[in-house]
Amino acid sequence: MKPSRPVGLIGYGVYVPRYRIAAKEIARIWTDGHGPVPVEAKSVPGPDEDTVTMSIEAARNALARAGIRAEQLGAVWIGSESHPYSVKPSGTIVSEALGTSPWISSGDWEFACKAGSEALTAGMAMVGSGMADYVMAIGADTAQSRPGDALEYTASAGAAALLVGPADQALATIDATVSFVTDTPDFFRRAERPYPSHGNRFTGEPAYFRTIQSAAKRLLDDLGRTPSDFTYAVFHQPNAKFPQAVAKRLGFSDAQIAPGLLSPQIGNTYSGAALSGLCATLDVAKPGDTIFVTSYGSGAGSDAYALTVTEALLERRERAPLAAAYLARSVFIDYAVYAKWVGKLVMG
Amino acid sequence: MDIARHWRGHPARYRLQGERNRNTGEVRVPPHPLALGETPDTWEPLKLSGRGEIYSFSVLRQVPEGYELFAPYPIALVRLEEGALITAQLTDCAEADLEIGMPVEMVTRQLVDTGADGVLVYGYKFRPVVQ
Repeated sequence: MKPSRPVGLIGYGVYVPRYRIAAKEIARIWTDGHGPVPVEAKSVPGPDEDTVTMSIEAARNALARAGIRAEQLGAVWIGSESHPYSVKPSGTIVSEALGTSPWISSGDWEFACKAGSEALTAGMAMVGSGMADYVMAIGADTAQSRPGDALEYTASAGAAALLVGPADQALATIDATVSFVTDTPDFFRRAERPYPSHGNRFTGEPAYFRTIQSAAKRLLDDLGRTPSDFTYAVFHQPNAKFPQAVAKRLGFSDAQIAPGLLSPQIGNTYSGAALSGLCATLDVAKPGDTIFVTSYGSGAGSDAYALTVTEALLERRERAPLAAAYLARSVFIDYAVYAKWVGKLVMG
Repeated sequence: MDIARHWRGHPARYRLQGERNRNTGEVRVPPHPLALGETPDTWEPLKLSGRGEIYSFSVLRQVPEGYELFAPYPIALVRLEEGALITAQLTDCAEADLEIGMPVEMVTRQLVDTGADGVLVYGYKFRPVVQ
């Protein structure tokens, strides 16, 4: 799919909270430290952080890079499965904090871990049709997980904001996209339930791998390109292993996915994951480089994108903190502080 | 619930929307009601940069109801680069990190959760500069 008017990213911004918990610390509580862990550590939101506050910071970084005023935005959309309110949009709070005009489209998207890329595809259509010049598409989550569940080792917090605009102003053009969705119940959370359920091994082969491979192969076919035609690649990263495995199956190398592989250090930021990987890749990319991105959301679906970096990236990159700056300020906490902050203590 | 009171504070609390005196150049946030002798032209809106430095600070250990999750937490007088002095909570820092003159930047965070049937109140805090 391509919009009739070419589009691209004119800004981008990432946000990762300062706090981490080591996967081994979680294993200490639940398995006496035995068994393998899927990541080294995961990011934990501070007690005053949520999807709204993380979205605000990521979006401010994207605006700073783009060099446009918030009043020029035509839409602010937030994809998340952890909106702070069940009813009341995160988008309006973020818009007000950015200082947009009230004459915008704003709202929240939901599609497990690909809610953010859903907003990105809609942003491409909004700008590509000429209905707006600039759209802020955000993926952000403070992911929930049942104490002791496999997901507790990885369900983390973070945000990425992508500012979509006309291709002639872009720091990276978005050359094409593909979406692939099926009704695959690998992971879900029913209304009023605090923690999600998942299908254990079912989340792999028929869900994550089938869906990402379908979207990725179709986009490569549509473009008539092969994995070796791309400088970098980013895949949704629910743990450290899956994105490396799917990259290998598709024919991408470890070197291509290295800059965007954040999950070993910060876990799975859900709606922020693939988009944060893209941001971290843009942090190191050069003009002319090409980037292949495929998100994944349980339920299930993938959005794949092909991007080409332009000269504009070089002067805009340093206008906001790089992903590495957020990764570097990590402060490790123990399970007790983590349990207190993320609401896992019953206060009576 | 003071929904209306929180709502009126959004521009200042969410994005440091302040005002500048056209005659004296004084900058203040949040905007105040007009004083005797002032006209609606006396003050013009000014969006503050959010950058400043710690003028003074203290650490709260016995905190107001609703703030227990954050305790203990520092509060500071922050001298903004536009000149205004503002009182705010500090976040993402440990007591040992703090010193007078330290550069800080504004972030928008949860100030307080007014309960399961109430609103989440967001507003400015300051933290050590991320770069």
